[in-house]
Amino acid sequence: MSFPWAKNYEPQLPLMKWLDERLPLPRLVYNAIGAGYPVPRNLNYFWNFGVLAGAALVIQIVTGIVLAMHYAANAGVAFNSVEHIMRDVNAGWFIRYAHMNGASMFFIVVYLHIFRGLFYGSYKAPREMVWLLGVVIFLLMMATAFMGYVLPWGQMSFWGAQVITGFFSAIPLVGEPVRQWLLGGFVPDNATLNRFFSLHYLLPFVIAGVIILHIWALHIPGSSNPTGIEVKDEQDTVPFHPYYTAKDGFGLGIFLVIFAVLTFFTPNLLGHPDNYIPANSLSTPAHIVPEWYFLPFYAILKAFTFNFLWIDAKLWGVIAMFASIAVLFFLPWLDSSPVKSSTYRPLYRIFFWILVVDVLVLGYCGMQPAEQPYVILSQIGAIYYFAHFLVILPIVSRIERPLPMPNSITEAVLAKHADTSSAATA
Amino acid sequence: MASETEAAAVIEDGVRRRDFINIAAVSFAGVGAVAVVLPLVNQMNPSADVLALSTTEIDISAIQPGQAIKSSWRKQPVFVRNLVAKEIAEAKAVPMGDLRDPETIDQRTKPGKENWLITLGVCTHLGCVPLGAAEGENRGDFGGYFCPCHGSHYDTAARIRKGPAPKNLVVPPYEFTSDTVVTIG
Amino acid sequence: MVRPLGFLVGLGFITALVLAILTTPLSNEENVAYSFHKQPRPLALSSDGLVPHWDKQQLQRGLQVYKEVCSACHSLHLVAFRDVGALGYSEGQVKTFAKGFQVPSVNPDTGEPATRDGLPSDYFPSPYANDVAARAANNNALPPDLSLITKAREGGKDYIYSLLTGFQNPPKNLPTELKPGPGLHYNPYFANLNLAMAPPLAPNQVTYADGTKATVDQMAKDVSAFLVWTAEPKLVKRVQVGWASVLFLIMFSVLTYLSYRNIWADKKH
Repeated sequence: MSFPWAKNYEPQLPLMKWLDERLPLPRLVYNAIGAGYPVPRNLNYFWNFGVLAGAALVIQIVTGIVLAMHYAANAGVAFNSVEHIMRDVNAGWFIRYAHMNGASMFFIVVYLHIFRGLFYGSYKAPREMVWLLGVVIFLLMMATAFMGYVLPWGQMSFWGAQVITGFFSAIPLVGEPVRQWLLGGFVPDNATLNRFFSLHYLLPFVIAGVIILHIWALHIPGSSNPTGIEVKDEQDTVPFHPYYTAKDGFGLGIFLVIFAVLTFFTPNLLGHPDNYIPANSLSTPAHIVPEWYFLPFYAILKAFTFNFLWIDAKLWGVIAMFASIAVLFFLPWLDSSPVKSSTYRPLYRIFFWILVVDVLVLGYCGMQPAEQPYVILSQIGAIYYFAHFLVILPIVSRIERPLPMPNSITEAVLAKHADTSSAATA
Repeated sequence: MASETEAAAVIEDGVRRRDFINIAAVSFAGVGAVAVVLPLVNQMNPSADVLALSTTEIDISAIQPGQAIKSSWRKQPVFVRNLVAKEIAEAKAVPMGDLRDPETIDQRTKPGKENWLITLGVCTHLGCVPLGAAEGENRGDFGGYFCPCHGSHYDTAARIRKGPAPKNLVVPPYEFTSDTVVTIG
Repeated sequence: MVRPLGFLVGLGFITALVLAILTTPLSNEENVAYSFHKQPRPLALSSDGLVPHWDKQQLQRGLQVYKEVCSACHSLHLVAFRDVGALGYSEGQVKTFAKGFQVPSVNPDTGEPATRDGLPSDYFPSPYANDVAARAANNNALPPDLSLITKAREGGKDYIYSLLTGFQNPPKNLPTELKPGPGLHYNPYFANLNLAMAPPLAPNQVTYADGTKATVDQMAKDVSAFLVWTAEPKLVKRVQVGWASVLFLIMFSVLTYLSYRNIWADKKH
């Protein structure tokens, strides 16, 4: 597909030959994730997270389909049907906890995947389309996860749905009708629960479809790599299988160990106690917080407390929260530096790490009540977030002087090994 | 490929050890996959609350001779019939050779309680509920039960006599907890 | 075009945020109640930690406390009588236990609401017909269902144990507006300090079959342990399966690591 030296699929078994001539599915797999896909030889462990995200999606779809066999999307019985799964269904507690914590694992892996892309400039030409499709996947994941969190119909489910759909009521004129249309009522109720269940079941398959496009777009230029230098010849690459299947296998092992520890030893660590109280539209929890993976965005939402220009604070918050994700769509054009990898970008590297800390601070502030110092911290955090993408990045990419770069991937690899061997002899 | 020529140069022992580790890793993955598939399959078996409904107590004190009631066990209909002496005699008179699923009425009732015929109301053909338990319903050519779906006729001991059903109506496990109460299951 | 426009949009957000910072007071409104509020005292149970087991004697005592004390006001509607078999009772004992409860039913002759003896498949009946009745009988406070209570409260079992043993006279320096009103009881472990539930436990309120002395502390511990079990009856099994899975996966990771090193042995990377 991508490089002229990519190995060609030659079916060994007569059956595979027969199949290949009629439906070249084995060939497709071979060229996508088999020996027919040449990959830079210098990928580090941060390149594991794409495959791990795929594994997490598969885990979510499989456990989700099984849970849907027992769950009842009706406001009267939804909460009890989840408890029925936890108590009476064979291995139900395992499947439910795996699905619950699988969502967290999916987000952990995807956040690492995104920050890998930010650090190594994977969003830059010729991979803009890979990045854009990735942002679409991220948005779909957020929608899916939010609707999934509503399904157990606990207090946080209900009030989360109330708050998130409340965003739409910030839109002038049409806001309130749009919100009622989304909910199918005046508060989240049976109609809301049913449509959320329907969409929560549908969207993962849409995600799977966009992932296929994401991988397709990736295979046109081939994978990026830690040096950011494009592949020049065969020496720079190894076949995906067995080299990266083996490495991803190891990554999968570590991923599953962490997943199992969460699921079996601390299944409710990332959850909220209030979601074990059945939904009650007449009593608000003392402190509504979203799931942890939404916290940085929630902090940005809460940071806007001033009616500026003709837009009130609530609408500013909602716009900013959506903008904080939308800005990622423009990233390939905001950062004009031709150098991809931060390894050779001394100035950008500093701001990258500030952004990492900033997002962590925003996440921490997101789970705190609206009190000082958390309010001002989240305001400063939000300022940096927007400044990073919209002001700092365009300027840095103009004024920065990149470090000297090797001529090829192979040269970089050999230089690294020369370093270590000379260090060993010295 | 450079790696292939290099690999070919490796001494045979090395190759074997390598293969062993790769095979072991893949085998572990296989074992793990099976260990995960088992609960995912097992979850479709009846859950604990469904299994807990597996006993039903029926009060039979109000059933007059010649009458029957319909109750339920595991959400399936159960027929409890209080046979009259004539019906028992009819059932006993049938030669075993005439039966598709040979069973005597004594085998299908409890000793000393021969008048109580307790069966599932599930036709052994394709699972319809036969008629004959309620007053005035068609009891078929043999005075027992009649399944309207495909025309199976059961006799007074609820044994199949005519029609497509292969077996007699099933007698569930039960016992008399007292003279007037039967516990099924 | 993207960069200049983005710059303007960025400036817009930043200005709005700077103005927000300038207009937000830096001090918090003081919350007096917070200084009287206490963190729950830790309660150690056999079901804690990485090698948990159920102390069935204790769970049976806890069940007794629930049945004889708590169940007067609190339901336990997610727990079935059959479930208590897991506390070490035989099938016969479970049947007898279930029979001791009257569960709602329908009179088969008249269709009127009625009650009948409980069966193992029935769930613990609620003390009140509905929430309105529960509020009416409790000074407008709703006694929560206890099935999931140790998972549904911050602090879990520690909180339940502390709350049950934490009733006390209000401190002298307590501001008047925080003093318990009529029908309320001071408890520093409760979020707003004043709780509608009266101190439920008194020494020797129950007589334990196993001879354990029924102090308030003992009963609070036992019923907290019981409520840990009702909230997560699969806890012990979960951790046991967890150990098997984690150990298996660690071995799998080691094997895949060795396999990875093998496959890459001839490749510099």
